[in-house]
Amino acid sequence: MLSSESLALIDKEVAKYPAEQRQSAVMSALRIAQVEKGWLSNEVMDFIAHYLGMQPIAVYEVATFYNMYNTQPVGKHKLCVCTNLPCKLMGADAIAEKLKKKLGVEFGETTEDKQFTLVEGECMGACGDAPLLLVNNHRMESFLNEEKVEALLDELKGK
Amino acid sequence: MVIQGGPVIFNTLHLSDSWKLSSYESAGGYSALKKILAEKTPAETIIAEVKTSALRGRGGAGFPTGLKWSFMPRQFPGDKYVVCNSDEGEPGTFKDRDIMRYNPHALIEGMIIAGYTLGAKAGYNYIHGEIFDIYEGMERAVEEARAAGYLGDNILGSGFSFNLYNHHGYGAYICGEETALLESIEGKKGQPRFKPPFPASFGLYGKPTTINNTETFASIPYIMREGGQKFLELGKPNNGGTKLFSVSGHVEKPGNYEVSLGTPFSELLQMAGGIKGGRKLKAVIPGGSSAPVLPGEIMMDCTMDFDSIAKAGSMLGSGAVIVMDESVCMVRALERLSYFYFEESCGQCTPCREGTGWMYRVVHRIEHGQGRPEDLELLDSVAANIAGRTICALGDAAAMPVQGMLKHYRHEFEHHIEHKKCMV
Ligand SMILES: Cc1cc2nc3c(=O)[nH]c(=O)nc-3n(C[C@H](O)[C@H](O)[C@H](O)COP(=O)(O)O)c2cc1C
Ligand code: SF4
Ligand code: FES
Repeated sequence: MLSSESLALIDKEVAKYPAEQRQSAVMSALRIAQVEKGWLSNEVMDFIAHYLGMQPIAVYEVATFYNMYNTQPVGKHKLCVCTNLPCKLMGADAIAEKLKKKLGVEFGETTEDKQFTLVEGECMGACGDAPLLLVNNHRMESFLNEEKVEALLDELKGK
Repeated sequence: MVIQGGPVIFNTLHLSDSWKLSSYESAGGYSALKKILAEKTPAETIIAEVKTSALRGRGGAGFPTGLKWSFMPRQFPGDKYVVCNSDEGEPGTFKDRDIMRYNPHALIEGMIIAGYTLGAKAGYNYIHGEIFDIYEGMERAVEEARAAGYLGDNILGSGFSFNLYNHHGYGAYICGEETALLESIEGKKGQPRFKPPFPASFGLYGKPTTINNTETFASIPYIMREGGQKFLELGKPNNGGTKLFSVSGHVEKPGNYEVSLGTPFSELLQMAGGIKGGRKLKAVIPGGSSAPVLPGEIMMDCTMDFDSIAKAGSMLGSGAVIVMDESVCMVRALERLSYFYFEESCGQCTPCREGTGWMYRVVHRIEHGQGRPEDLELLDSVAANIAGRTICALGDAAAMPVQGMLKHYRHEFEHHIEHKKCMV
């Protein structure tokens, strides 16, 4: 179900916790699985449940509680724009509007070609770099302006 | 973004590769740990030093750290834990990220000293989900410390063993609440626990646990190296030390500033380059989004410390200073904050789950010109009925911004309701 690279990464996480607490690695395991698969299908979550000795429902609970897990398929590039107050003061709304217009989608939607999903985010603990967004959860683009947004979309389209 | 160094937290900033172990050591890093291990300093002595320093928790509540440490049943047989709260997600706060980025070893040394003092053999550092590169950087820093013999079994031949692990969150503000954070490390959804029992008796995996903020732990090496008295004197009585202030919003130079507690707000604002574009200061949220807003005039008379900001009717919280100029509509600002608490409520308690939704919907309709004359009283009442009636402090955190806005900017809300539009 998961590649041996992903399993090795999960094992490294499991080793951080007491032997009888494998469940503690579930958040990392889901993250690692999502990087490989793009989203968390029930099959993937069932596999992780089995791997960590958890009930599948306990894994679903975790995956649906935390915002960064994709429990539905998303576009190749998920863009998450922070619109919380400090970012808003720095022009996050204009960035969000620009993205909506360029991509032709609203928050929570995926482009027809399945390249981009746009979502609204909450404070990422980086408000000094506002406005900003996350690409596929792990890459932060800071101090955005309209030109940077254009350049980012061009770069991602090529990938 | 600007980062202004200081003696306690950002003491390696002037060095190239400030985050490296060698940089930290050359600035005196790990000397406190070495001394403690060599001299087998008694835990009571360390706790007394931390008490002298008047270090107050940097995570939001400002609880005295020495006192918190004294609650830990150190002699209790079996496992005990120290946990670092790096789940910084309180809107406006971005200091812990820069501690981990620019001086991760101050945090690591602080946690090892805490582990030694509190009888813990392991520590976990819970890192906010959205800053994956910081998580990776912390993983490298921990590896570096392990390779140098500061972490692991029998540290520096002292017989003391301590391991430290990073745990990566994945997008839930509520996990900043300490018991939700523990649930999350246990691999569950992050729903806060009923208290008591408190973590000092029933914490991670049911074992005695002490939880502190990143900046709190990162202040410990200085205190043990230079002495609690010297730390205290950096700040003011009851408010020891320097503190990081994350200044965001309408300033010329947003950033993290390490300054003495008790520094006048006007000075901090000046360091941050003043209000952007030379406009006028309107209001400040002085301690993260949960802190009640204060009008600029009041802030200009405040000093940046727990007591002064509390006296002015707000709180220093995490030290996140959100600056708003005259162009900001307070109804819109509150609408966004109320949405945040509604979105992030974990849903366990009815007053919080229902109340946050209610407050958001009412502020939303006021902002959109559909406010009703009775709405402000409704907001007062919903806020009052959440505060103090929930399992965790998120309920209060949602109510306080509403109460602060209605206290100081009621006229803007009334104007919105009456004229169906904004006055700014
Ligand atoms: C909703 C909520 C969110 C919180 N978020 C954080 C956080 O991101 N970081 C933090 O250190 N403390 C946060 N806290 C406070 C913690 O519960 C806890 O008091 C703190 O980590 C203790 O550390 P300190 O004594 O060093 O301040 C939060 C509390 C609540 C109720
Ligand atoms: S106050 Fe809100 S966030 Fe805290 S436990 Fe209750 S419902 Fe959850
Ligand atoms: S408000 Fe956007 S990162 Fe904090």
